[in-house]
Order: sequence, then structure tokens, then C-alpha cells
Amino acid sequence: MTTTGHPVTARPVDAEPVPSPGPARRRRRFGPHALRNLLVAAVFLAPALLIFLAFKFIPMVRAVEMSFHEVRPYLGNLWVGLENYRTLLDSDDFLPAVWHTVVLAVGQTGGSMVVGMVLALLLEGGARHLWFIRTAVFLPTVVALAVIAEVWRVLYYPGEAGVVNSLIGWVGLGPSQFFNSADTSLWSVMSVGIWRGAPYDMMIILAGLAGVDRTLYEAAAVDGATIRQRLWHVTFPALRPVFAILFTLAAIRGLRVFTEIYLLTDGGPNGSTEVIMTLMFKLGLDRSELGVASAGSIMLLLATVVLTLAVQLARRRRADRPRKEAPSR
Amino acid sequence: MSRTERFDTALGFTTAKGPVMRVVRWLVYAVCVVVFAGPLLSLLVNAFTPVAKPTELTLIPDEITLDNFARAFDRGVLGYLLNSFFVVGFGLLLQILVSLSAAYALARKRFPGMRLVFLLILSTMMLPEEILAIPLSLVLADVPLVGVDLTGTLLGMIIPVAAWGFSILVMTEFMKEIPVELEEAARIDGAGEFRIFFSVVLPLCRPALGVIGIFGFVMIWDQYMLPLLVADDAGQYTLPLALRTLRTDPEVGLGVLLAASLLALLPSVIAFLAMQRQFMKGLTSGAIKG
Repeated sequence: MTTTGHPVTARPVDAEPVPSPGPARRRRRFGPHALRNLLVAAVFLAPALLIFLAFKFIPMVRAVEMSFHEVRPYLGNLWVGLENYRTLLDSDDFLPAVWHTVVLAVGQTGGSMVVGMVLALLLEGGARHLWFIRTAVFLPTVVALAVIAEVWRVLYYPGEAGVVNSLIGWVGLGPSQFFNSADTSLWSVMSVGIWRGAPYDMMIILAGLAGVDRTLYEAAAVDGATIRQRLWHVTFPALRPVFAILFTLAAIRGLRVFTEIYLLTDGGPNGSTEVIMTLMFKLGLDRSELGVASAGSIMLLLATVVLTLAVQLARRRRADRPRKEAPSR
Repeated sequence: MSRTERFDTALGFTTAKGPVMRVVRWLVYAVCVVVFAGPLLSLLVNAFTPVAKPTELTLIPDEITLDNFARAFDRGVLGYLLNSFFVVGFGLLLQILVSLSAAYALARKRFPGMRLVFLLILSTMMLPEEILAIPLSLVLADVPLVGVDLTGTLLGMIIPVAAWGFSILVMTEFMKEIPVELEEAARIDGAGEFRIFFSVVLPLCRPALGVIGIFGFVMIWDQYMLPLLVADDAGQYTLPLALRTLRTDPEVGLGVLLAASLLALLPSVIAFLAMQRQFMKGLTSGAIKG
């Protein structure tokens, strides 16, 4: 009985709702099978949604709630309005932490993309040995951050005989204190971030490069373009959507940076690498200032959302433009 | 042949001809490998040497020893490693099942509110553990809806990672490609929803299972904030978490730390090398999803 109607309902449909649902589609949506479909979907979605509810959405709501309260365990929370936000903005630690976070995020994002681009250009190609080299270069990306932190703490040993110090000593640089000095700590952390981020960007850019129309390169050569002109006028414009994706991903990851800092410097020395999340972690879990720490997390979350939406919007506008112009041409 | 080769790459660097270019090319390759794989290689080598100070690192050891590992096991590293394997094993199994189940609903059913569900799943990717750390630590001690305390249990590191937006979205994309005809045939034969899910759709999802499997493995292995919030004492530490404790323990030498670090590195690297093709597939599809 149900089998006759089902082949229609079971047809896979696009995740994005179709702009103009035809009569058949509409019937399917509100027909007798809609309820059954909803039930089946609910059962299959339940595990994922319940876990998200318990460990993502409820914590988020709690964070918003706590950010407006003075959190007092066993005594009940006290509504304080925007007091927590004010406390944070007035404190001496917060704005430097925001600054460090932004510097790190921008530096790591930009650095990874530039180094990733250079790597991609140097290592592009179908040869087997290139595939091996790319695999070796990519390894830092899959290694746990905790391991990477230990390795770099050893390599960046501040003494003159430290590994990196000996290496840069050959070209007359250093010795640097790296993580041990407030002057160099942030840059040292950033370099580790770029070291781990660049190979990832390289792989995404390589996938983008593979999609560039080869006849454009040929056409550029016919027009007498130099390699540099070809890169600038053909390759980079074709990679623009790839850059937008990398930028969005890196911005989200960059702003929430915690583990690297926690393990490499724990915010030190002298607060020179303190970022928003390490500060909130100390405030919330060491000093039990849950309300203030939540306010910081919420601000960070808002920044992430605004940034993501801004990039998406800019991307969409750019993508829309040629399509609108096309008919008039 | 050479004509087409000229336009194979953007820079033309890897296909450039001539003996000078050949030398330059291999120099560049060597630098790339040394910079990015060198630090990991030095870890691999020195974990087997009697290294005591960061200044004693070497790439060509005089003496090879398993002493560091023996002492690391004395320090409970084997226990940490087992914790890690337990978490990644069950975490990944649950994550794959949850992703498959959610993807089945999203790819094969049409229902009111589907767009909202998609939006919710996408939004979870903007809510990482780091940002939610403070409320998450409270939630873990008293899980909403069930009221269980997960702190101090490995379960607390497993259940929250069981639902992962990336994995669900990749699986959904893949499931949409599976032809409906097979499903229709099973339905006509009178198979129910679960029967179709398990014996028709699931076996066809094997290629995508590799993709979400390898990504899930690397992701769970790399977890830091969640175990940090969940663990009460060293008995529940995963290996990545234990590295910091080993480092700050004055009685543990550098050699032991390197040996433990190497043990924390190997599983994800081996998993990646074994499933590289699937990993690259997920990398590009996942990035496009953003």
C-alpha cells in the first residue's frame, strides 16, 4: 500500500530547497507521507541533534546567560547586566589579549596562505616524486598539536646550542630567546602556527590550481605574457574562491587559538602571548570568574560569526556580479 | 609533448628543463622537506637516543636504544596510550554511526524544518570546544536531559565528539549520489526503513566511510580541550594530554618526553599515510563546504 507512493518521497532531493517548488514537489511536502517522513527523519537525526543540544547549544545558551550574571555556586546567580563585559573591557589584561589574538590570527592566516601558495607553486605537478615530497611536507598538519608543541619547545631551545639557534647561527643570526623573551615569544608562536598551517593551505591551493583552465596559460603564452603576468592575471584570479575559503577557515581557527599557546608559552612570558582563550581559561577555571570568562567567550564568538558572515557575503556579492552583468553584454 | 607540459603547472618550475634547473629544483625540494618534515624526523630519531638536553639532538645517532620507551612505560605512558586508543576507537565508531544516521535523514528524506537542521549543524562548526570551554565544563559535570556526571570518565571525551558537523555534511553529500532505484527496489520488496538503511544504503557508503573515518581519527586524536576539561586525574589522561605533565615532571628526562611524543605522533601519521587518498578527497570537499 505504501510502496506505491514511496518511490516519489524517497527520491533524494537537493539539500538546498528548490527555489520554485512545482506542484508535485509541494504535494510531496505536505502530503500524507510528510508526517511519516518527518518521524523517520527525526529518529535518524536524534542522536546527532541530542549530542549537539547537550554539548554545543545548551553550553552556548549557558554562556550567554552567565555572561550577564555574577555566577555564585550554591548561592544562585545574580543578574548584573553588562557588568561582566565592562569588567573585562576595563581590565588591563583583556585588550592586550585581544591584540595578541588578532595579531596571531592575521599573521598565521596570512603567513600560512603566502607560504602555502609558494609551496603549491613550487611543488605542483603530476610526477611521483612530487607526490612524495608533498606528503612529507603535509605531515605537520595531521600530527596532534600537543606533539607539535613539545617538538618546537625543544627545537626553539633558547640557548646558543639549541637546534634552531645553531641553524640560524650559520647565517649570522641569533641566538634568539624564542618563547623565553617577551620580544620574540609571539613571533615564535606564530611561526609554529604557520609551519603547521601552510601545508594545509598548500593542499587546498593545489586542488584549486588543478581546476585552472590550461588553455588560459597557453593563451597567455601566445600573447607573450611573462610567468609573473600569467600568475597575476590568470592564476591568482582563478584562485580567488579558494583564498576566500582558506581565509574563513583560518579566521575561525585563528581567533579561538588556545592549545598552542597553552602548551608553548601559557601566555607568558609576562603576558606577551596571552590570547583571549587562554585568558578566559585562567579566569574561568583557575579564578572561578565564570561570568566574566563567559562574557569574553561570547565576544569572541560574536567576532567569529561576524567575520564568517562578512566573508560569505563578500564572496556571494562577487559571485553574483558577473552573473548579473552577463545578459546585458 | 613538451608543448603541453609547459602549460601543466602555473609556475612551470617542476617541469623546467636544463641541468641547472634540475639542481635548483632538487635543492628547493630538499629545503621544503627539511623544513616541514625535518622536525618530525628529528623526533623520530632522537626518541631512540640517550638524549638528555635539547642541545644534544642529532640526526645521525651514535647509539640506538629503547631505554626511553622502557622508562616512559614506567611513567604510565602505556596507560595514557591505551586511554587514547579507547577514546579514539569508541569515539570514532560512534561518530561514524551518528554521521551515517543523520546523513540518511538529510540526504534521503524531505521534511519540514530540514533547512533549519542544516543551519544548526553548520552552526555547530562555529562553536568549538575552546570557545565553549567554561559552560562545557559545567555541562560535563551535569549533562542536560540525563543529569549524569561525565567528568573523570573516558565517556566524557567520547560522547561529545560523537556528533561532528563536518562528518555529517560530507556523508550527506555522498549519500545524495547513491541512486534511488536500489532503495525503491528494496521498498517494493517490503523492506522497512532500518532494513533499507543497513542493508542497502550503508554498504554503498563504504568509499565515504574511509573519508570520514580518517578525518574523524585525526580530529579525535588531536582533541585537547575536551580531555583537559573532563579528566580529574592522570588516570584518565590521553597521551597528548599527558605530554605536558611529563615535561613538567623534573624526574622525567627529555628522552622519555620524546619517546612519549613519538607514540602520540605515530597513530595519526600512520592512519593518514594508510588512507591518504581518502584524506585528500575529504580535504577538498570539506574545504569547499567551509
